[in-house]
Amino acid sequence: MCLAVPGQIVELDGNTAVVDLQGNRIEVCTIMTPDVRPEDWVLVHAGFSISQLDEQAARETWSYLDQMFGEEGNEGPDDAEDTDNGRNTTTGEAPRG
Amino acid sequence: MDSATKRLVEELHSLARSIDRPVSVMEVCGTHTVSIFRHGLRSLMPEGVRLVSGPGCPVCVTAQRHIDAAVQLGGFEDVIIATYGDMMRVPGRLGSLEACRGKGGDVRIIASARSALKLAQKHPDKRIVFVAVGFETTAPATAAVVLEAGRTGLDNFFVLTTHKLIVPAMLALLDDEDVRLDGFLCPGHVSVVIGSDAYRPVVERHRMPCVVAGFEPKGILDSLVALLRQIDGKAARLENRYEAVVTPSGNPVARQLMDEAFSVADTPWRAMGVIPQSGLELRSEFRRFDALTRFGIQLREDEDHPGCRCGDVIRGKVTPAECTLFGASCTPLNPLGPCMVSSEGTCSAWFKYKPPAHSKRS
Repeated sequence: MCLAVPGQIVELDGNTAVVDLQGNRIEVCTIMTPDVRPEDWVLVHAGFSISQLDEQAARETWSYLDQMFGEEGNEGPDDAEDTDNGRNTTTGEAPRG
Repeated sequence: MDSATKRLVEELHSLARSIDRPVSVMEVCGTHTVSIFRHGLRSLMPEGVRLVSGPGCPVCVTAQRHIDAAVQLGGFEDVIIATYGDMMRVPGRLGSLEACRGKGGDVRIIASARSALKLAQKHPDKRIVFVAVGFETTAPATAAVVLEAGRTGLDNFFVLTTHKLIVPAMLALLDDEDVRLDGFLCPGHVSVVIGSDAYRPVVERHRMPCVVAGFEPKGILDSLVALLRQIDGKAARLENRYEAVVTPSGNPVARQLMDEAFSVADTPWRAMGVIPQSGLELRSEFRRFDALTRFGIQLREDEDHPGCRCGDVIRGKVTPAECTLFGASCTPLNPLGPCMVSSEGTCSAWFKYKPPAHSKRS
């Protein structure tokens, strides 16, 4: 799936961040975006931040994600309890591609 | 429809009248396919403009032999298979990973490559096989965990590598004389990693208009307008209409991780055969993590379900409606081909959203 989801970094410790994806906080590895700081917005894919983006782009992205997937529900991952995932929280499906 | 959308649609119709011939535009990425269906964009297209879904759904293009290998690996008693969720139901000759789990195989759905690594650390008595699918958006995550496994000396972590590269597939499509396209709507998040400049060979070698597009419906319409403007002007340029997220050079750190862990190799695509230099294999120094080598798995040539036309669907040669299995014996509940399994598969999207009649090519 060619989809990454935007979120905001709320905590950062080395290469490990806690990222808020519309209220759902997950652990994300930031090695691909080494310049990020707390409060930055990032695109998260498969548990990694793959780029930074501005808040407006992030909010627009969530707006269409909600339209696209808001009413759907799929089987969630078994690793959800690890809070170490970058899944599309609205579908339970791994963002890939 | 808001006024901005209306203006874009009017411009599409005006350009289609000016072009005055049928035009086929391929949306390469499965997420674009879903967004186009979900927002009813096909119904807004002018009569002569055909949107063709491309090979950008990773599940759909994963070769049957790799599904078989994953299921075979799931049969080992001490193996835990770690896989992204949408691979679970893809049928192979030995069944699906879901069926493997039903028979007692330990198959875990993960959403992060790092979870596969954590499983290996948590279960030293087990061998963990990570089924690594996806394009350049996903491959850097696999690379990162392979490099981490190398650094930490893990000896119970293995990867079934099926990663694919999108540009070689686009070039292979254009080399196929049966595939007639007038432009590409290029993937958004793959381009975050590879950068918009990665499509220059497509533009320059084949004089094919390429526009990198976002996923929001207005962004897709805006990119289609940009493509039709090029087609109308008989131009072939690279345009990036997703500049908020995609840069010309992409993410160099992500690509460096890929370069460290992988080398480019020939790889089989579902129903498209082996495409030269279109996949990734682990570099020799990381070959100890290669599941096929370590478990002695031999890959067999694919044998598609008789009548299944996923290969032609993936290449944009036919629409799902032209497959005799579609909607009859092949449905989302009982998928026979991979394009019906993934939510991003073209057949699944057609089944769910039922496109307007004029997009069913005769």
